[in-house]
Amino acid sequence: MNPADVSAEHNPLRSAKDYRLNRIAGPSALIIFGVTGDLSRKKLMPAVYDLANRGLLPPGFGLVGFARRDWEDQDFMEIVHESVKKYARTEFREEVWTQLAQGIRFVPGTFDDDAAFETLKETLAELDTERGTMGNHAFYLSIPPKAFPQVTEQLRRSGLAKPADGEWRRVVIEKPFGHDLASARELNEMVASVFPADAVFRIDHYLGKETVQNILALRFANQLYEPIWNANFVDHVQITMAEDIGVGGRAGYYDGIGAARDVIQNHLLQLLALTAMEEPISFEASALRSEKEKVLSAVRLPSDLSKSTARGQYSGGWQGGEKVLGFLEEDGMNPESTTETYAALKLEIGTRRWAGVPFYLRAGKRLGRRVTEIAVVFKRAPQQLFADSQTSQLGQNALVIRVQPDEGVTIRFGSKVPGAGMQVRDVTMDFGYGHAFTEASPEAYERLILDVLLGDPPLFPRHEEVELSWKILDPIEEFWETQGQPQQYKPGSWGPDEADELLARDGRTWRRP
Amino acid sequence: MIVDLPDTTTSGISKALVKIREEGGAVALGRVLTLVIASDESITEEAIEAANDASREHPMRVIVISTDPDAAPDAAPGLDAEIRVGGDAGASEVVILRPTGDTAKDEQSLIMGLLLPDAPVVVWWPGRAPEVPGKSPLGLIALRRITDATRRHADPQLALEACAKNYTPGDTDFAWTRVTLWRAQLAAVLDQPPYENVTGVQVSGSADSPSTTLLAAWLHLALQVQTEYELTGAESSQGIHGVRLFRGDESIDLVRTHGGIATLTQPGQPTHDVALARRNLRDCLADELRRLDPDELYGEVITGGLATLGAPSAITEGPLA
Repeated sequence: MNPADVSAEHNPLRSAKDYRLNRIAGPSALIIFGVTGDLSRKKLMPAVYDLANRGLLPPGFGLVGFARRDWEDQDFMEIVHESVKKYARTEFREEVWTQLAQGIRFVPGTFDDDAAFETLKETLAELDTERGTMGNHAFYLSIPPKAFPQVTEQLRRSGLAKPADGEWRRVVIEKPFGHDLASARELNEMVASVFPADAVFRIDHYLGKETVQNILALRFANQLYEPIWNANFVDHVQITMAEDIGVGGRAGYYDGIGAARDVIQNHLLQLLALTAMEEPISFEASALRSEKEKVLSAVRLPSDLSKSTARGQYSGGWQGGEKVLGFLEEDGMNPESTTETYAALKLEIGTRRWAGVPFYLRAGKRLGRRVTEIAVVFKRAPQQLFADSQTSQLGQNALVIRVQPDEGVTIRFGSKVPGAGMQVRDVTMDFGYGHAFTEASPEAYERLILDVLLGDPPLFPRHEEVELSWKILDPIEEFWETQGQPQQYKPGSWGPDEADELLARDGRTWRRP
Repeated sequence: MIVDLPDTTTSGISKALVKIREEGGAVALGRVLTLVIASDESITEEAIEAANDASREHPMRVIVISTDPDAAPDAAPGLDAEIRVGGDAGASEVVILRPTGDTAKDEQSLIMGLLLPDAPVVVWWPGRAPEVPGKSPLGLIALRRITDATRRHADPQLALEACAKNYTPGDTDFAWTRVTLWRAQLAAVLDQPPYENVTGVQVSGSADSPSTTLLAAWLHLALQVQTEYELTGAESSQGIHGVRLFRGDESIDLVRTHGGIATLTQPGQPTHDVALARRNLRDCLADELRRLDPDELYGEVITGGLATLGAPSAITEGPLA
């Protein structure tokens, strides 16, 4: 009997037929900068625990916090414990926690403190031997972009960014990836000078959502939709991301950024790319990216931006039984700010598939309710058979992908109203993730952190995609800068009149999500 | 809500289901499968509870055929039924059938009218199971057939032999589901350097644990090395005790120490504690329902791997002794 060969490429205990085994991340340490922030407490630390609880983290795992706090490991452990108890998705199990807690470390320091990074280096070396993390380190920069240069430089200077043979280093960065094309390039060059392109993971948490990944399954695994997914059948597409909250404590950050830079540049344009792209030849990162890049490069702005864009700022007033402040009255806000809290754009895609089909994108704060969805609205069928009076309540057929909340897909179509005579009215057919696959889907961050540790890049945008999105947005931002104050809209409404006029000019209306 | 339907028929139950849906509207439409549970009266409730829990992940219609093995063979034929929905049924709807006398003999016709259209059918025998599940009346209409070797026979190791002899693609057994976490940890160890061949395997567990035998069979099949396994009959022993993979003189040990914790020891690496809880019925069921195509690997392990494994023998040295 000859023993089965074991090599880096071939593990005899893994077989293509084996659909039960999950891939567990290899030994590694996750180092979070900005560990005291909201994102870290509410999303990252709970996601790490949830991964551990699902058995997807290796036994040799370390979690290192770095922040300007006078904490010992114990204090940090306490913080993680609290956040896990409060925000984790899966149940709290003492034995999982005990195991995870053994690898938790804290390094106090500021980003300009060379000594702190030396301590970090020692801590990681200790973890490598004590916990067996084997020199594999992922640095999660959950920090404001202006601190990026300092931290990446420190990582380079201290040698933390340089892996020895058989080890890896990865860096995770969060949006915003710059505020225009030039700054995005600058940011990328800086990160690229320290980490090679395939070690940089840009997190767009939307891409970690099940519903977003389901766009690929819906379109390409089914026969039903792709044949009508083109300009012959589709009238237009609406992509909406609405929030019912205001800028609140983020006033300082939000001023000068605005809805377009905050979410359209990344989330909405990624959704547009997934909705409009051609079928990739595989799920390889490169294949997915090249399709997304192709469609993003084919996006065209209409010639008259004053007629194809709209923006607004929410005013003060009553929203859903609560008295809320207007954007300009928010605490810490510049009262003359021209930053938009609502943005709507009309984009066109020049490809054969989409020529003549407008893509309307809108995003805003203090809107009717929190919702993100993609609505593909179909052309109206010729109604030769039916009299106008019979179809007066029939709208256009639509397929709506609900990204959040209440994830799922809705199809709207006409159906006969029961009774004598022929009356056609809109009905909906509904697929809810919560019904068909009830138990909560993993949080986007769980999936993304695991992918970082596994080194699996398909769900992370590359800098080419980031730059293409800025190329789309930059002319619009420049145009808006010349336009003075945005229009005010009532809190709890669906945006300024300008946005309704934008669609009315094309004889269309926004869907009420 | 629980609706009692004494002395009824399948079509009576169907009508009641439609009525409940029309009145309540609460019963979701998104059922993804029909789970048929064929069990003895004594363990019916336990099985339903597991199914209700698993339904949070897989919304389904659960049809339970609950029979009393001690019933007189000439009992009057009849069918009592019960429908549970809403809070009493998790995210599922449960139809419990209690046939007596001759009615109990034709299981297939009892449930045929209650299966969901198009949706796949899974049959689960939580206790006793037919000798050849794949050829039994219920097994024939199912895509997947789940048995539990620990409960199917008085001797679980004999039960495994039955599984092997009568294997039909689509069969699966909880003894196999229970080793997944162990297998995942072992596979993860070989994902990491040093990439050296495994030269020998030891597995130990308790005599009433068919999972131990399956784990050994799997390692034997995948690694193609001599595999020793020990089954101890001690009262206190439970489930799988541990696994030892040899690389020449060195070894990788994954040994369950207490409760849900195992210790992983590897050369040149710190010792790790690994959470390896015994999986309960609910976890096993939810896991089985995640994929509905035949588990080919299980097929290979239960037929090929088990056949070449040899008999258990005592392990006298090392951490598993």
